[in-house]
Formats: sequence, C-alpha cells, structure tokens
Amino acid sequence: MSEVSEETITNLKRMAVILRRHIVRMTHNVQSGHPGGSMSACDLVTALYFHVLRVDPTNPEWPDRDRFVLSKGHACPVWYAALAERGFFPVDELMTFRKINSRLQGHPELGTTPGVENAAGAEGQGLSFSVGLALAARMEHKPWRVYTITGDGEQDVGQTWEAAMAGAKFGLDNLTAFVDRNGIQQEGRTEDIMPLEPLAEKWRSFNWHVLTIDGHDFRQILAGIEEAQRTKGRPTVIIARTVKGKGVSFMENKIKYHGAATTDEELALALKELEVPPA
Amino acid sequence: MTLPPPWKSESQRSYFGKALVELGRRNPDVVVVGADTTESIKTVDFGKAFPDRLFQVGIAEPNMMSIAAGLAAAGKIAFASTYAVFGSAHTYNIIRQNVAYTNLNVKIFASHAGLTVGPDGATHQLNEDIGLMRGIPRMTVLVPADGPQTAKAVDAAAAMKGPVYCRFSRANVPTITAPEDPFAIGKAEVLRDGSDVSLVGCGIMTARCLQAADALAKDRVSARVINLSTVKPLDVATLDKAARETGGVVTAEEHTVVHGIGSAVASAVVLNHPVPMAFVGVQDVFGESGEAEELLRKYGLTTERVVEAARLVLKRRGP
Repeated sequence: MSEVSEETITNLKRMAVILRRHIVRMTHNVQSGHPGGSMSACDLVTALYFHVLRVDPTNPEWPDRDRFVLSKGHACPVWYAALAERGFFPVDELMTFRKINSRLQGHPELGTTPGVENAAGAEGQGLSFSVGLALAARMEHKPWRVYTITGDGEQDVGQTWEAAMAGAKFGLDNLTAFVDRNGIQQEGRTEDIMPLEPLAEKWRSFNWHVLTIDGHDFRQILAGIEEAQRTKGRPTVIIARTVKGKGVSFMENKIKYHGAATTDEELALALKELEVPPA
Repeated sequence: MTLPPPWKSESQRSYFGKALVELGRRNPDVVVVGADTTESIKTVDFGKAFPDRLFQVGIAEPNMMSIAAGLAAAGKIAFASTYAVFGSAHTYNIIRQNVAYTNLNVKIFASHAGLTVGPDGATHQLNEDIGLMRGIPRMTVLVPADGPQTAKAVDAAAAMKGPVYCRFSRANVPTITAPEDPFAIGKAEVLRDGSDVSLVGCGIMTARCLQAADALAKDRVSARVINLSTVKPLDVATLDKAARETGGVVTAEEHTVVHGIGSAVASAVVLNHPVPMAFVGVQDVFGESGEAEELLRKYGLTTERVVEAARLVLKRRGP
C-alpha cells in the first residue's frame, strides 16, 4: 500500500469536521433532511472527494472523471457539502438546501447540481446505475472508476441484489461499492427491521471482493479503496462500519436523527463539539 | 398515405430487431440491455451482430432500467427492451427516477402490449402502459401502427435527446404504411382525409379505423383517419384542426379507456374546440386468455365498434 502521510490524514480529518458542520447547519436551517446518515457517510465522502476521486470542479462534465454515485440519496447534505468545499459551487449556496428555487434538492437531481452524478431518493437504484456507468467505462477502455455509497437500509431492496449479481457477472473491477453500515434505518435498527447479517458473507457469495473496515478511520478507508483498485476481475464492496450521527455526541446512534434536524439549542451544542482544528 | 388492402400481416418485433441492428451498425454508441426476453423481442440479433453491446441481466427489469440509465449517463444510447408489463408497470418508479427525472437517453421499447398478447392472459396483457408513461414528465410516448413505423420509431427515438417509451404488439399486425411514408415524433399522420367525423387510432386500432372509414363511406359518411403514432408530445394542432373541421372525434386504442389516448385527445379537444367524442378501448377491466382476435372481439376493439362510435358521435352532434 502506498504511504499516506500524517499530514494527509490530518487534512482529511479537518475537512470531515467542516463537512459535518455544514450538514448540521443545512438541516437545521430548513428543519428537515437527514443528518444522521449524512454524518455516518461523511468520512467516506471526505476521503473520496479530497483524496481519491479524479474530478475537476471547473469542468464537472469532464468525460474521463471518476464517477461518484450516492445511492442513499437522502444523505445528500454530505455530498453537497463536499462538492461545495471542493469548489463545484459556492459554499454559501449550501443554505439554499431544500428551499424553493434551489439547485440543492432534498434528494439529488441529475443535471441541476454541478458535480451530482445521479438521481436518488427512492432507495436501491444507485448500484444498478453504477453498473451501467462501469460497463460504459469498460466498453471504451477508459481508466475512470465508479465509487458508490449505498446505505445498509438499501440492502433490504431487491434491486441491490440484482445489481450485485450483474456487477459480478460482468466482472466490473472498475466498480467499488460501499455499504454505510451504521445499523439504523428510518424506523429502527436494521437487525430488527430486516436482519442483514451475515452481510459480508452475502456479498462474498454474490462473488464480490469484500472488505470490512472502520468507516471513520481514514487509513482504513484509503487502504480499502487501494485494495479495490488492485482487485481484478470482480467488483469490490467495502462494508464500512459507521456510526449514525457520527461526530456529535447526542446524535450518535440515535434513530431520531435519521430524518430529524436539530433544535436551536442542539445546533449550538453540535457546533461546539464540531470544532475545526487549526489548518 | 396508406397502402391499399389487402395488407400483409407482419411482426413489429421483426422490424424492431432489424432496425436496431442497422442503427447499431451506423452508431457505435447504441447499446441494448435485455431481461431474459431477448429472443422473443428480437434484440438477440443485435447481440449476435455486436456481442459486447448487448447486456443480458436476467429477470431483473429494475436492474435493466437503471443499468440502461447508467450507460446513458456515460454517453451511450441505451435501449432497454422487454415485454410492456415489465418495461413499464413493473419498473414504473425506476423509470420515473432513473430514466425520466434524469432526462437520459434511455429508449424503452416494449413489446407484448395490450390484449393481443393472447393466451398468456391478463398478467401479461398490459392495457395501462400508455397512461402510466404519458403521465411521467419528460417522457416521449410512441405507439407505432405497424412494422415500418416501428422501425422508424427506433431511428427517431435514437435521434432525439431524452427518454422514450415505445409500445407495440406481440401479434402480427397489418402493414398499412410504406417504408417511404413520413414519420416524425410529435406528428400525428392524417392517413385519410374526411369531413364528417375524425377517427383517431393508435397501434393495431389504426388499421381498424381505416376499415371503419371504408364502412362509413358506404353510408356517405366522410371519416378522417388520424394515426396517433406519438401520444406524447401530443400533436395538438392536427387534433384541433380535426375537431374544428369534422365536428366529432372517436378514439380507438388497445388500452384502457381510463387514461390512454382517448383521455389525451379529449384533453386537447376540450381545451381548444369541444366536440362530441366517443372512446373505443378496453373498459376498466382485466383481460383473459384467448386468441388475439377473439379477445379483440370480446373486449370491443373491432372495426364495428369504431363504426358504432362514429355513428353515436354523429347523432350527438346533430344535423
């Protein structure tokens, strides 16, 4: 594995705090949206947008860019925050999230928001969409890769497994999927709503290369992505163990914050906890 | 601008399959996604000509639609093709979110629409797809009347930007148009001029409208016949003109009358120049097993029904 410097890790950690602050403020501002699942996926998105993805904010449509697909569309606050901090659109625009006449829809819309690559909201479609993207890249012998974040709730959806079979059938080693395994979906614990375990074994039996990592440890995230890039002949799924609401003590592991914004008092507390370290 | 009877009875699927291969030869960006129906829907020929451009995903139509969308997002013109019941009803929300909301170049070509699926019965006889698809913003909806039109629909769909739904039949249909006849998305074809009543048909019912016009002519009723090969966007100008000049409109479709071309045409007629109308189509019921022609008779999708509807309209309009 290539060496990741301490400085890189420090910078990623810092950026993740910045993105989490955006998530809490964006959802508080409009008193809706899905902060919990945005924060669980935040370190994955940070690693991708600030270390891995070859994208060009000045040319979002660059044909040879890597594609990032957010299948769990309700977590779009983290996507918008990353795109804004990466320079795809002004950071100020984040506060228009979910408001009328905004480019930042409550769930991602293709063609409206610079840098957004798919429409998602109804769960379970993003991995199939990613299979289509990866097939196109391979047909044209292009080096760009597809990275897709799915939610663990989306593992309930039949189409996720249709996509899993197709990804393996077509041997799409240019496709890397993440499962944001925060263990909570809208109405409760995933294992109560619809048990998923043994999840890694499921994916293995679908002929994917399977990794399980701590989804909040940047070294593990980057190592996992590197392993996926090295894996030939089949797609990789990285099951990232995460914490819903990660980063704010009173939001962590709380079902409530799947789809609830903070109050004014909670916002103040959250922002206090999310202190940006000096650069 | 129609061929004179007797018409040849031909397969729309064969025209579709051939047109797709020819399109594939001309345009390397054309790809096809199939869902375990490639033999019967004739996309298998595309796969034989271009093995690395046909993606077989098995009995997984949601996957087919989203994969087609992903291919399109990366610059391909993706044909997603299967039976209408799977290519519209079963995948409605996938089409809505991944194909139409995204405005991608996914071309859904759905065979086996309507009652004429025959012995397979109600589970496979989709009489609701026109309504489902025309209700989705950004969707273009085509219903070619015969084989040559189906082939032209392939080229026209590929040439336009955005999602297309095109439905056609399993059963052979009379070939009423010639290969050189014009076909354009958004343009209804006036197949026969007439001044007393307008018969607006689509798909297999267009030929029946032509036969009905012949029958009406014997009673000195001059019927205009319009083929609504594009249901959306609707050719309002042609329909408006027909309503103004003939004073009565009959629609005929192999589809439920609840939300098919009848209601589409009625919306336009009512807004612009209200005239008496009548609707020939499947009533609010499911079909059943039977031979295609038997089913069309039992469910009232006949030339005689179109004639009766025209007489009803004439009577309601008064002298």
